[in-house]
Amino acid sequence: MNKVRVRQLWFAATLLMSLFLMLVPLPGPLTPFKPYWPALILLYWCLQSGDRVTLGLAFCVGVAADLFDGILLGEQALRLTAMVFIALRFRSRLRFFPMWQQSLAVLGLLVNDRILLLLVRVFGGDPLPPPEYWISPLVGAALWPFVFLILDDLRARLRIHEA
Amino acid sequence: MALNRDDTSPLFAPGVAGTLRLIVYLALACVLMVLDHRGDWLGNVRYGLSLLVEPVYRIAGLPSQGFQAATVAFADRQRLTEQNQRLREDLLLANAKLNRMASVAEQNQRLKELLDTQHSLSLNVQLARLIGVDLGSFRHRIVLNVGARDKVQPGQVVIDARGVMGQIVEVMPTTSVAMLITDPNHAIPVTIERTGLRTIAYGSRTGDSLTLPNIPVSADVQAGDKLVTSGLGGRFPPGFPVGEIRDVAQTPSGTFLSAQAKPAADLDRSEDVLLLHDLAEPAGPPAPAPNVGPPADLAPPPGTPPAATLPSVTSPTATPAPARTSTAAPSTGTTP
Repeated sequence: MNKVRVRQLWFAATLLMSLFLMLVPLPGPLTPFKPYWPALILLYWCLQSGDRVTLGLAFCVGVAADLFDGILLGEQALRLTAMVFIALRFRSRLRFFPMWQQSLAVLGLLVNDRILLLLVRVFGGDPLPPPEYWISPLVGAALWPFVFLILDDLRARLRIHEA
Repeated sequence: MALNRDDTSPLFAPGVAGTLRLIVYLALACVLMVLDHRGDWLGNVRYGLSLLVEPVYRIAGLPSQGFQAATVAFADRQRLTEQNQRLREDLLLANAKLNRMASVAEQNQRLKELLDTQHSLSLNVQLARLIGVDLGSFRHRIVLNVGARDKVQPGQVVIDARGVMGQIVEVMPTTSVAMLITDPNHAIPVTIERTGLRTIAYGSRTGDSLTLPNIPVSADVQAGDKLVTSGLGGRFPPGFPVGEIRDVAQTPSGTFLSAQAKPAADLDRSEDVLLLHDLAEPAGPPAPAPNVGPPADLAPPPGTPPAATLPSVTSPTATPAPARTSTAAPSTGTTP
């Protein structure tokens, strides 16, 4: 019982942490290099325990992110739902990819996410973003192995502790 | 964890239910977006949920605050001394200028009183601090630590020591969000200081400069010209520095000149900003004059027979003659 609760807490804590990381600013010139943290953390949980991540959860995380972000309610909800759907559908295959292939898959998902964002913003009447707009998915994909391994390691440690 | 415990995650066959749910959620998100885009819906929701959102902003702002504290703490003595020296010199210079300005300002005040204009040079401001929060990539907005409880209102102008930074677009109880002048969705009416040409400066796509896309071809605009707010539009008070023109070129169509300007304010360095309290004088025709004349309750009610005395609502030029009283009174005084 306790074990289950700790695991749920850890799950919720990582998601909250990803929202925090989204809000924490990077120093000026590094700003375009900021990865899209909620997507990375949700992807990790998609691959590691796919029964816990559902489309509804992705939608809720997205709405929460939109609330903090304050730009357009539903924008991130749309993006995260679409991404989690793709990830869940290919989950069984993605899980057994070697790390570099997984990173490439993550890159694809993140680029797809950016394209969705671009569509939403252009429909909303915004001008086209500058080229730096496309850096963030690359950074996200480069960080993916580390995110994955660190979260996996932390999860393993937590399991040992609570046992 | 077993790979295929049940049928929920088959290796290849896609589930129809999953697709249906996806469509439902995507539609829901689209509806939310449209609702929010049309009406200012998110602002209300966020105002309601600000109890939850604001503490998160404060906590998320801590790292950048800590970073600044650390820079100060670990900055070497020499740099601090240098900075101190520079600030002293700046202050000395500013004070000297102020002293000279004071007499001029006083003179200006007297002249203005003579001319009977309302515009004054004094500033009515409120100090605010930035909260270091990132509101999404390629969005040029800042979060300030004052809100509705400090009487902040949407539309107030944010300035720093060097010029206009932007305006408040969203107010929550103890924080507010300001849009910078470099936001692609922002426009500010400006005057070129040297020539007095009025135009509009828009935010740019890259977000670090201003664009002035429609200057007449015949206009005299040079790199280095200073831009100040023109006060038109009734949002930004006149006379605040906005930026400096960097380069001027013809638009591809050749009908206008297009200029790039560098904002005067330190948009990405300012920590303390000022909120202007008094807005610009309202532009456009003056408000319609209030209904002058005697109060309505002085007029006799429509049903009563006309009084013997002449009601004072007759036209001002007409001098009441006793002989006309009986004819004029029913037509002007008793008609509702």
